[in-house]
Amino acid sequence: MPTVRLTRAIEFSASLRYCRADLSAAENERLFGADAARHGHNYRLEVTLRGEPDAVTGMVIDLKELQTVLDREIMARFDHRDLNGDTPYFEKLAPTPENFATVIHRLLLAALPEGMLDRIRLQPESGVWVDITEPESRP
Amino acid sequence: MISVTRHYEFPAAHVLAHPDLSDEDNGRIYGKCANPNGHGHNYGVDVTVTGPIDPESGRIVEPKLVDELFADEILARFAHRTLNDDSAFRERVPTAENIARAIYDLLRPAIERRSTARLVRIGVRETGKNTFAYGDVA
Repeated sequence: MPTVRLTRAIEFSASLRYCRADLSAAENERLFGADAARHGHNYRLEVTLRGEPDAVTGMVIDLKELQTVLDREIMARFDHRDLNGDTPYFEKLAPTPENFATVIHRLLLAALPEGMLDRIRLQPESGVWVDITEPESRP
Repeated sequence: MISVTRHYEFPAAHVLAHPDLSDEDNGRIYGKCANPNGHGHNYGVDVTVTGPIDPESGRIVEPKLVDELFADEILARFAHRTLNDDSAFRERVPTAENIARAIYDLLRPAIERRSTARLVRIGVRETGKNTFAYGDVA
C-alpha cells in the first residue's frame, strides 16, 4: 500500500564535548581526539511522519501541531544549550551523532501519535548525517 | 534501523559508450554523453553504513576510518581520472548507476574487514539534476 510521508525540518545550535564521566580527561582525549574539547554545531533535524491523510483536512498531521511537539521536545531542550551541562542525556554517553539521534528518536517516538514517526535525520554538520528509521509495524 | 552517512566528492571524466557498439549506436543511446573525447562531473557520493553503536566510542564506525578507506579505495582510483580506463568499467559503461555499484563493491568488503559496520547504500549525485543509489536501503 502506498503511504503518505511528510518531512518537517528544524535547525538548532548547541555546544558539546565528547566526554564519558567514567574516564579521565586524558583517556577522553585519547578516545575522542579533538571532539573531547568543547565545540558547537548548527544541527539540522528532519522529522518524517507517515500516515493516512485525514478525510476532511487532507493532512497526515497539522504542521502547527508537529511544530508544537518539536518546539517542546527538541528546541526547548537543546537549542542554545550545552548538551553535556544542560541536559541529562550525556552523563555516561558521549553526544556523538549516533547517540544524540537515538535520544531525539526516543523523545519523538514518545511524544508523537503512535505509529506516525517514520524517520529522523540528524545532521550535525554538512556532509554527515544519521538516520533512524522505524520499521512499518502496521498490517 | 540506525545508519550514518558521510558525503564525499571527486571530479572524474567519462564517456558513455559501450565498446562493442558502433559509434552510431552509442550516439543514439547516450546522445551527447557519448562524445568520444569525454566529459566530466563533480561526483558526490553518500556512503551509508549501519551496525551496532560501539558502547566505548558511541559510534557505529570511526569517521576517520571511512574517510581513510574512501580515500584509499575510491579517490586514489577514480578522482581526476577517466573512468573508462579503470578495470571496473571494462565490461560496464560508467553510467552513474554502474559507478554506484562499483563503489559499493569496492568499499563494502574494505569496511567489513576493518570494522563491525556494514555498508548498506551508495548514493551518487552526478549533476544537480540526477542522483542515483545502489544498495539494500532506499
